[in-house]
Amino acid sequence: MASKNGDIPRIGVYVCHCGTNIGGQVNVPEVVAFARTLPNVVVAREYKYMCSDPGQMLIKEDIQKLNINRVVVASCSPHLHEHTFRKATLEGGRNPFLFHMANIREHVSWVTQDPEKATEKAKAIVEAAVYRIQFHEPLESKHVPVHPDVLIVGGGIAGITAALTLADAGKTVYLIERESSIGGHMAKFDKTFPTLDCASCILTPKMTTVKDHPNIHLMTYAEVLEVDGYVGNFRVKVKKKPRYVIEDRCIGCYVCIEHCVYKTPKHPSEFDEGIGLRKPIYIPFPQAVPLVAVIDPETCIEFKSGRCPKKCQKACREIVGRDAIDFTQKEEILEIQVGAVIIATGFQIFDPSRIPEYGYGRYPNVYTSLEVERLVNASGPTGGAIVLRDGRKPQSVAIIHCVGSRDRNYNPWCSRVCCMYSLKLAHLVRERTGAEVYNCYIDMRTPGKGYEEFYEKLLHEGVHFIRGKVAEVTDWTINPEEAGKLVIRVEDSLIGVVRRIPVDMVILSVGLEPRSDAEELRRLFHISCSAEGWFLERHPKLAPVSTYTDGVYIAGACQGPKDIPDAVAQAGAAAGEVLSLVDRGVIELEPNIAVIDARRCSGCHVCIALCPFSAIAFHAEENVARINEALCKGCGVCVGACPSRAISQQLFKDEQILAEIEGLLMVD
Amino acid sequence: MAYFYYPGCSLKGTGASYEKSLLAVFAALDIPMQELPDWNCCGATSYMSIDEKVALAMAARNLAIAEENGRDIIAPCSACYMVLRKTQKYIKEYAHIRESILTALKQAGLTYRGDSVRIRHPLDVLITDVGVDEIRKRVRRPLNGVRVFPYYGCLIVRPKNGFDHATYPTSMDVLLEALGCEVIDHPLKTKCCGGSLTGTLEEVGMRLVYILLKEAKKRGSHAIATVCPLCQFNLDAYQEKVQKMYSESFAIPVMYVTQLLGYALGAQHTHLGLEQHIIPVQEVFEMVR
Ligand SMILES: Cc1cc2nc3c(=O)[nH]c(=O)nc-3n(C[C@H](O)[C@H](O)[C@H](O)COP(=O)(O)OP(=O)(O)OC[C@H]3O[C@@H](n4cnc5c(N)ncnc54)[C@H](O)[C@@H]3O)c2cc1C
Ligand code: SF4
Ligand code: SF4
Ligand code: SF4
Ligand code: SF4
Ligand code: SF4
Repeated sequence: MASKNGDIPRIGVYVCHCGTNIGGQVNVPEVVAFARTLPNVVVAREYKYMCSDPGQMLIKEDIQKLNINRVVVASCSPHLHEHTFRKATLEGGRNPFLFHMANIREHVSWVTQDPEKATEKAKAIVEAAVYRIQFHEPLESKHVPVHPDVLIVGGGIAGITAALTLADAGKTVYLIERESSIGGHMAKFDKTFPTLDCASCILTPKMTTVKDHPNIHLMTYAEVLEVDGYVGNFRVKVKKKPRYVIEDRCIGCYVCIEHCVYKTPKHPSEFDEGIGLRKPIYIPFPQAVPLVAVIDPETCIEFKSGRCPKKCQKACREIVGRDAIDFTQKEEILEIQVGAVIIATGFQIFDPSRIPEYGYGRYPNVYTSLEVERLVNASGPTGGAIVLRDGRKPQSVAIIHCVGSRDRNYNPWCSRVCCMYSLKLAHLVRERTGAEVYNCYIDMRTPGKGYEEFYEKLLHEGVHFIRGKVAEVTDWTINPEEAGKLVIRVEDSLIGVVRRIPVDMVILSVGLEPRSDAEELRRLFHISCSAEGWFLERHPKLAPVSTYTDGVYIAGACQGPKDIPDAVAQAGAAAGEVLSLVDRGVIELEPNIAVIDARRCSGCHVCIALCPFSAIAFHAEENVARINEALCKGCGVCVGACPSRAISQQLFKDEQILAEIEGLLMVD
Repeated sequence: MAYFYYPGCSLKGTGASYEKSLLAVFAALDIPMQELPDWNCCGATSYMSIDEKVALAMAARNLAIAEENGRDIIAPCSACYMVLRKTQKYIKEYAHIRESILTALKQAGLTYRGDSVRIRHPLDVLITDVGVDEIRKRVRRPLNGVRVFPYYGCLIVRPKNGFDHATYPTSMDVLLEALGCEVIDHPLKTKCCGGSLTGTLEEVGMRLVYILLKEAKKRGSHAIATVCPLCQFNLDAYQEKVQKMYSESFAIPVMYVTQLLGYALGAQHTHLGLEQHIIPVQEVFEMVR
């Protein structure tokens, strides 16, 4: 059978064992013997690891010695090694698109339990590939330039680190942060484990550098609205929410806040996790970057009734002379163009009111760990004093580990940082209050440099460690000792008894979970999420900051629970990937574009209206539509829509797909 | 929607006031309900521990009859509710149990296809099908100022029932709130009432009863509200005994939530079985502000 482009196909089929990954389940020799019987197959071989150098050599040698002109590798997912084998085909001397990959690992050996059925399925998939490859033709890849600017979404420690690395390398960076200040969760902490260095001492300098860096365009109170384009050429629409204070004019002097008609703060401060209060006009924390006031329209009287004397505005105008407050500010939409994106949107904490037996929201002295981080913070609402809601100093404190984590009813995963931050909080509580501290843990998980040593140190500080999952926190007291206290019930599994421990304060070490809007962001950037909702890396070991969408990278806790050192390391890695992409300057695109056969096109315009990328234009002189190769993304919409069947898509031509189906159905 | 009502033995015996008040509530809410024809004992917890297979087959017979008629079953007694749900789950999940039960049913000329019959608790029907807003609208005699200690017991929440939380249920709380009651929040909602231990291991059983009574008293309850004949019986009947054993006096009325509901919805006193209690319940209604 001669192929469409005239040559006689000479096919080489290579079936991979992948160690025992495939070989343990699929009878590889049988598949190879079967492949030999297929039309135009000149050679069929098996090899333990096709992606290894000797594996690739087989292909190159067969091309040269046996004059193979079509290559089929039956192995893993094309996501993993399509590129490897296209390259091998090219190095052997053939056009790389004369290669096709048959996935018999993810699609067969890993999922089909019965070895016999697995072998039959593998044969069918190989036959489909052999039929399809006859219709492959040489193609040229498109090369497009990469826009050198970079977008970073999320200004926590991960986003900040990536931004600074890239900006120092001379790249223009757009850093988009949803809140009115950058800093993320880390900005809320007083101390960080295991070295107990002051969080703001190490974070604040970085935050101000971001603000002052000539290469960083910082946009706070902003969110990504729309993303268009592809690797090297993203067009992004950003929405800037109105803060009703003109950023360039405000000097962060607090005068407006002092003069607000609310003499004292009345509204729960979001940044203080509701432990502290703020006014309608506020600066979330003293080290905020940018240090600019914000007005919350939900609580400001002017926005609610239009009848506030607006003392804030008057003070800014008359006392400070800046006239920075503008009640008419509107939301702004900006459009930027970038070549690469890093997503660093972090995590949210588990909402412990979902576990009613822990009493959060019902008993005032049950706190989340994040609330306590604000309590212990020197610039927090209590100036760093650890006190109960009524102002008393606690004499006994229980810290409950794994709240919402490692629990089939809530989140099955270990949140990785909570054992360590629980130890940190235990230390701080003891240091500042002298209270008895009880840490109730299931397992103590302290892997990390200096972490186990930190645990060891705490063991000697007199903190009580109880190994057991806490059953409940109640106000059910049964003796005078317990009166007025919260009672935790926990099975102490090391001594085998159920204990009741009366305490003044309970700290819930809540787990980390994906942000509730992760799914929207995922869709915006066309990336994937794991089943739990964390952004999915391209490979868990070898491509931990890449995604399946070229040009989009992830860093920090949005990819999974992690601490600051790991978030920073990932941010560095993501910045490195971006530099490698941007400095390469060009990228190769899949040649899977659509082509219009001018002889068949009736000039009906149907495709033109449908193309989501406006890649099709009408040529009046010839009365035909024509596709702009540089604009076509290969989405396939026009192919299916053309009533004259004049459009075909490279790598997905009708004859290729039909041959593939035919091959699949041939095996009985 | 029309329901089958499965009384089980207790609602025909010690729990007669539960049956009366339940029927009164459903009548007041115009919910058609018909007693499951030719029902038999569910086996309760005791038969289950003697011969599980026969116990399951007995319970399954009720399911088969309901399925034939395509209606949900309302099972007010906590033990019945648990046993029927357990039976359904076993039939669904374990092939060998399914087989032997189907064989047994066949000999009685019955068959059982699957889980099209839903086993419902009255609280579930009231909250989910009727809705709290509807009930609030129908209140004629609000119970404002009556401090009620809602007590759910352990059986209706395990295995997870899909309409309420397993350790901190709230369905009865919201119903009582709709009636105007002051609902007392407490952490013992699903703690054991002693169950049959009050008869077999008295010391343990009484201690469990004592814990609940003491907490209800401490929190200033005018009444304890229950949904289970055994809970009601244990808490009501043993107050004097507990008083002797622990030298602490108790006189807390223990009512079915349906009695409070029925009263608030305007049902006649005589239809609520209010006279069938050991600790008199009349004074509860005197607390209304
Ligand atoms: C109570 C507690 C104590 C901890 N203590 C320590 C410690 O002592 N030491 C340590 O190493 N680690 C600690 N951690 C872990 C630490 O918080 C994380 O490792 C770190 O915050 C991860 O940084 P990140 O930048 O990935 O995410 P985040 O800190 O969550 O920052 C993400 C940023 O992205 C922004 N964002 C989110 N969505 C969007 C969007 N759609 N558009 C624009 N911006 C967006 C957010 O507003 C935020 O500013 C602790 C965690 C908790 C919960
Ligand atoms: S080519 Fe794919 S299937 Fe074969 S050894 Fe490499 S990873 Fe495994
Ligand atoms: S008074 Fe004006 S300049 Fe000062 S913080 Fe307020 S808005 Fe900014
Ligand atoms: S307008 Fe009034 S309420 Fe609003 S921030 Fe200014 S002074 Fe405060
Ligand atoms: S890190 Fe510790 S507290 Fe956190 S989920 Fe894991 S084991 Fe539990
Ligand atoms: S495949 Fe067709 S519809 Fe899709 S981008 Fe290309 S020209 Fe437009």
